[in-house]
Amino acid sequence: MIATEFDLATSLLAILPEIGLTVLALIVLALDLSLPKGQHRTIAIVAGLGLGFIAALPLILWPGSQATPEGLYWGGMVRHDVLSQIFKVMVLLAAGITCLMSLDVKGVGHRGEFYLIIIVSTLGMTLMAGAADLIMAFLALETTSIPLYLLAAFKRSDPKSAESGVKYFLFGAFASALMLFGMSLLFGFSGGQTGLYQIGQYLGSQAFADNALPVLGALVLIIVGFGFKISAVPFHFWTPDVYEGAPTPVTAFLSVASKSASFALLVRFLMAVFPAALVIGDAQIKDFWVQLMAASAVISMTIGNVVALAQRNIKRLLAYSSIAQAGYTLIGVAALQATSAEVQAQAVASVGFYMFMYVFTNLLAFAVVVLFSEATGSETIADLAGLSRRNPALALMMTVGLLSLAGVPPAAGFFGKFFVFNAAVQSGLVWLAVVGVLNAIIGLYYYLVVIKVMYVDRSEDEDKPIPVSRPYVWVLAITAGLVIVLGTVGAQVVFDWAVRSAGSLFVG
Amino acid sequence: MVQIEAYVILSAVLFILGAMGVLLRRNAILVFMSVELMLNAANLALVAFAKQWNQMDGHLFVFFVMTVAAAEVAVGLALIVAIFRTKHSIDIDQLHQMEG
Repeated sequence: MIATEFDLATSLLAILPEIGLTVLALIVLALDLSLPKGQHRTIAIVAGLGLGFIAALPLILWPGSQATPEGLYWGGMVRHDVLSQIFKVMVLLAAGITCLMSLDVKGVGHRGEFYLIIIVSTLGMTLMAGAADLIMAFLALETTSIPLYLLAAFKRSDPKSAESGVKYFLFGAFASALMLFGMSLLFGFSGGQTGLYQIGQYLGSQAFADNALPVLGALVLIIVGFGFKISAVPFHFWTPDVYEGAPTPVTAFLSVASKSASFALLVRFLMAVFPAALVIGDAQIKDFWVQLMAASAVISMTIGNVVALAQRNIKRLLAYSSIAQAGYTLIGVAALQATSAEVQAQAVASVGFYMFMYVFTNLLAFAVVVLFSEATGSETIADLAGLSRRNPALALMMTVGLLSLAGVPPAAGFFGKFFVFNAAVQSGLVWLAVVGVLNAIIGLYYYLVVIKVMYVDRSEDEDKPIPVSRPYVWVLAITAGLVIVLGTVGAQVVFDWAVRSAGSLFVG
Repeated sequence: MVQIEAYVILSAVLFILGAMGVLLRRNAILVFMSVELMLNAANLALVAFAKQWNQMDGHLFVFFVMTVAAAEVAVGLALIVAIFRTKHSIDIDQLHQMEG
């Protein structure tokens, strides 16, 4: 699968977004050093627009075009294909929107290095989306995580933020160590291969046929590592504390970008190393990980939704909601068990679509939380009372975001859930889709409670409006626009196109 | 010539010791050192397998892991200093600012 001839021009094109991010990071660093104080808005806007521009690059370089054919590049380190491009666009847009969202946040937005760290973390995420080698996967994961630890603790003098950073760091480092040990075992069991696709081929060739148990051990360690990164139950306990303590734009960023990049890598890992057809000895490896994914999906959805019912802090509520959302997405991952390539393509596309809509939905909800808590200094749900009178547009945006998270049409969340459940039914996991639907009903309740507080409850501060500055208007307009478009006219078009392109992943 | 199994068993023992340290210790620095022990257990396994299969990729991987671990130490110790400044303690049981 590795191209026999090394073609520098094509190889460079395949990593153009990463090169662009490196250049942007240097530009932001230079601006931070050279601009006089009080000019931080320039840096934020340069970073935000730069990331938006880089997000357009994968669209130009879509695989299948003459210039950059699909395949492995740089000695098999990265794979350039549709899966990687979809997730690259996603994390790049998420990072750009986060930069614009951080602009006016006290203690965060005026420091140039904040944007630099976001860009470096995004670089790791784009590499995660394309990683096709154990070494690359590990390096990309750490390039993503280490800057995120710093971002979580960015308000050093705030004890909550420092605590959030330390917790995230200790759990994240532990998860990375578990995953690394799994990878080292995999390296040993596959005759010293590091390429994900070569490992899959080696395991499939029955060269390691004595028994499947050691391979399953490595698989479990790696899946536990991923479980931490996507905050699936039972590896979710760091999530609420870290999300609550971190500065709000950072919470937004790590709840969407690091989660979607981890899903990209998880899907590629399962498809490349443990494909559905893989049999070792007489054990079908697929059965094992599909059960793990399905079980984790069920308990993530249930625990996320049920515990969210009791939350009083809006960031904690969104933290538990994000655990539940990871559960819904895992349904799509479990649907990868399908034997027909067509249904597998649907499963991949449903995970991609779910994450795509989740990124914008959650950023929309967090943008409102950022504006609200900057203006009032409060993060409790009860204080949202009267928001519809203080700023009707803001309340409407929050409603769109929450309805999308709940899966109510015409917001994008409805189609996100529909495609994931559909993929599960097609692949024979009807019971899992039923559990998902039941959970969506529980979820609807606590999202509606927040909407009720905003519209029905009265408060004494109703005469104090909440100001929204120009960059935040862009953020709200872009995210809300995408949520509505993906939930109405865009849904079927985007999904069909994702299925068609994902189909090519399984050829050869 | 030591058998490959011996190396793998040793690395598994080190890994389990590290994991137990993470789960049982309450001092943030000791937890962090246990994580480093786990990373080095993985390194030992990688080097042993690389020797067994005669593949240089394993050695290469170890160099990257060591570099990453160094970066993690830099960030981790900075975070632990920051938490010590605000709390005057690095006991992770004291980290309960947020509840619910």
